[in-house]
Amino acid sequence: MAVRQEEFVLNMGPQHPSTHGVFRIVLTLDGETVVKADPVPGYLHRGIEKLAEARTYTQVIPYTDRLDYLASMLMNWGYVQAVEKLMGIEVPLRAEYIRVIVGELARIASHLVATGAMASDLGGLTGFLYTFRDREEILDLFEMVCGSRLTASYMRIGGVAKDLPEGFVPKAKEFLKKFTLSLAEYNGLITGNEIFQRRTKNVGILSAEKAVDMSLSGPVLRASGVGHDLRKVRPYSIYPQFEFEVPLRTNGDCFDRYYLRVLEMAESVKIIEQALASLPEGPVMAKIPRIIKPPAGEVYTEIESSKGIMGVYIVSDGSPKPYRVHFRRPSFINLGYLAEMVRGWKVADVVAILGSLDIVLGEVDC
Amino acid sequence: MDDISNVSKITEPVQKRILAKIAAAHPEINVSEAGHLHVPVDSLTAVMRDLKENFGFDYLSNVTAVDYLEYMNVVYDLCRVGTPYMLHIIVRIDRENPVVPSMVPLWGGALWQEREIYDLLGVIFTKHPDLRRILLDDTWEDHPLRRDYQWMSGRD
Repeated sequence: MAVRQEEFVLNMGPQHPSTHGVFRIVLTLDGETVVKADPVPGYLHRGIEKLAEARTYTQVIPYTDRLDYLASMLMNWGYVQAVEKLMGIEVPLRAEYIRVIVGELARIASHLVATGAMASDLGGLTGFLYTFRDREEILDLFEMVCGSRLTASYMRIGGVAKDLPEGFVPKAKEFLKKFTLSLAEYNGLITGNEIFQRRTKNVGILSAEKAVDMSLSGPVLRASGVGHDLRKVRPYSIYPQFEFEVPLRTNGDCFDRYYLRVLEMAESVKIIEQALASLPEGPVMAKIPRIIKPPAGEVYTEIESSKGIMGVYIVSDGSPKPYRVHFRRPSFINLGYLAEMVRGWKVADVVAILGSLDIVLGEVDC
Repeated sequence: MDDISNVSKITEPVQKRILAKIAAAHPEINVSEAGHLHVPVDSLTAVMRDLKENFGFDYLSNVTAVDYLEYMNVVYDLCRVGTPYMLHIIVRIDRENPVVPSMVPLWGGALWQEREIYDLLGVIFTKHPDLRRILLDDTWEDHPLRRDYQWMSGRD
């Protein structure tokens, strides 16, 4: 009897633990091999850009928390920096230091989710528990500075909402000391795990040319050997004052994308340590008008978020509300290449590849 | 803060030189005071190809559009990978017939970004390989980021 063979369609998501949120991908399979993939985002679309048009400039800040909610500090930062550039506001030095400290803590928190989630996606749930144990401490620190663990809304146009509370600096230093040991622990538990390596090495290889062509950014781009980190190549805030490396990997496979984040966390620790050691005294808010009315015009600025380049485009008509706000979300653009990346790989590899891209659906769908 | 101003001391003159070179090569481009390049839609593809192939702007960072009710702007932000230099390109298009050539043949990164603008603002990108809605439901009518879009609010 002849065996009948045909392709079949497998719907993954929108409710699936490995899609890291409400995201759907329609896979056309030949046996276990992906022939075609059609990612379907949009399940978390709230129309934040439209909502922003009916809010004042300051009222937009809480909406940015809900983009990449795993690194809300960085989302705040990207937005307030754009408004500050449009208005020509100079941020006080102490506020810049605080932004760097909380921003890099947010980067570590976000990378911890990526690292732990990738381990659990590939069957190692223990890794997830270890990274979340340490992420809790960062959230505790955030709770200290702004009362909120996830949706910080801590930054303001012209600085930060309030100064660091008493006891923050020693607690942060204590965390960093412990965290360096935790990194070694992750390397023992996840990075060095043979099963993990065999599931990720030489899987989902992304070339440097393709990564640049597809506007990919962040760890996804740098794991393919492209040294484009805005903290170095187009420095903003006070990043030139700190000594740190931009880790690069060259294979562009799932393992490199995973491991690059571990290396980046170690660099973030260095930055925070330097910032805590040289934290200057002074005000944390610039003198800004009570009603924020940027002059008519438009601006586009970018920061290096944990997921990649986070850009903010603002058009002002001179009124207290933005005429148009657009967020360039790195997760959204990085996800745009997923269909090509998973083609030809097995179903199980789809989970590894998606995990290595580290998307957050709040940011993808906006 | 000193370090930042040192950095911009080096980059700003270079950025100006790049803009002057582009303006000299393309007299149809209008460079605004803020350094934005206003490109006529008819010459967009040729200009963009030149910027990519001869000026080294290999990375299409951002694409978006704005509705001004009388007309629309499509906005592109290009950069050179590994350098601080950026270009902000503005293309004015007819709002009743919002058609602009797709940049997907030049930069694959336009693939989803152009779909998003089509979805939310109704701009048609000619020669886009897969121009369909991306965030909203396929059966959705109209384009909500247009300024005259009527919407229901829970507030105000």
